[in-house]
Amino acid sequence: MVDSRALEAEIPRLRRYARALLGDRSAADDLVQDTLERAWARSSQWRSGSDLRAWLFGIMHNLRVDQLRRAAIPVQPIEEGAHDVPVRATQSDRLEMLDLDVALNRLPEEQREIMLLVALEDMSYSDVATLLQLPVGTVMSRLARGRERLRQILAGKPGDSVTHLRVVK
Amino acid sequence: MSPRTQITESDLHAYVDGELPKADHERVERFLRRHPGDADRMREYAAQKRALKALFDPVLEEPLPENLRRLTSPPNPESPQGIAAGWRAMSGSRRRYEWWQRIAAAVLVAAIGGATGWFARDRYAPTPSLAAVVPLPRQAAVAHAVYSPDVRRPVEVRGDQEEQLVTWLSKRIGAQVKAPKLGGLGYELVGGRLLPGNAAPVAQFMYQDATGQRLTLYVSTENVTNRETAFRFAQEGKVNVFYWVDGKFGYALSATIGKDELGRVASAVYDQLERQ
Repeated sequence: MVDSRALEAEIPRLRRYARALLGDRSAADDLVQDTLERAWARSSQWRSGSDLRAWLFGIMHNLRVDQLRRAAIPVQPIEEGAHDVPVRATQSDRLEMLDLDVALNRLPEEQREIMLLVALEDMSYSDVATLLQLPVGTVMSRLARGRERLRQILAGKPGDSVTHLRVVK
Repeated sequence: MSPRTQITESDLHAYVDGELPKADHERVERFLRRHPGDADRMREYAAQKRALKALFDPVLEEPLPENLRRLTSPPNPESPQGIAAGWRAMSGSRRRYEWWQRIAAAVLVAAIGGATGWFARDRYAPTPSLAAVVPLPRQAAVAHAVYSPDVRRPVEVRGDQEEQLVTWLSKRIGAQVKAPKLGGLGYELVGGRLLPGNAAPVAQFMYQDATGQRLTLYVSTENVTNRETAFRFAQEGKVNVFYWVDGKFGYALSATIGKDELGRVASAVYDQLERQ
């Protein structure tokens, strides 16, 4: 059985990752809510002593994959976006942050998710590979492509020229 | 094996992320000294990582909204307040409803409220079947109208967890239920949810065909008169309903499809439930 307090302790990290991945507060919290509901529904499947965080992130990833599959039917809840009032602070670092937010959302999700798991969760490549059920090589090449693309967007080069995994001497 | 002499793009990222074996550090650092362009690029990648953390770490400090706080303990607790809690969870902090869902939910509440008043006025009369308070087909049709168009969350537990779904619903409504298999007629189980009936929880199973047409099977255990009925048909607005009573169970199959097609599905459901 999943321990309530252990679960509660993971929620902020799930929210942080979901917010970064989806770029929208209410959509992110909806995803976290779905994750927690599914975690409880499947709590008998969780083996005590195993990595609760990895299990929860796995559930969230699978739910997100389901969402994207269903995305052929566009659904925009009425209130969605109504409270997304852009706020620009005066400090330049805040401006850069907002730029980063916008730039991040221009990356393909398959690259963004890996960059975020590595940057926010400090996950190892092999943990990311396990979580996303991908070969480690795929994780690394997507990470490299995502980082380079983000760098170019931030540098004002919106083109899609991307450094591919390559051998440099 | 000869030692690796080539530096790959992956080695550079692994260096940035602290994943490169210590033995390779010196080689990579030597490479970066000779390739200042790549060194700059790696510094930018490292800066990206720091910036992403700085941008999103504040989320960690945000207070949990109520809908998430509620989920720090298992939903649908088995308590005397279970039904009320289920209802609160559904109507209260639940997510955005479309306007028509609000209206349909209001109709449901009004129907229950009106029925309660009627019931109280007749308290000297013999206790009627509770299922008669709000007629079964109406309960089922309203529940169908509320949930079947819900794209985001048509069910509480999805059909891919059928065993858990059936176990959970059986436990909560206090009787063994099962989800008929309608794949042969083109309808696959989407999942199910628990709903408030007149006096006890009821179960709703939802099915969908390849075109997205949905039908719901409403299972109530509130029939106290222990009688059986043949198939009956009712029309509640646009929703067609076939319903029947079998012992304490009341079943209602609802959809906005034609009477003939719905009748065929209802026969299949009836046959399967009879055989259990």
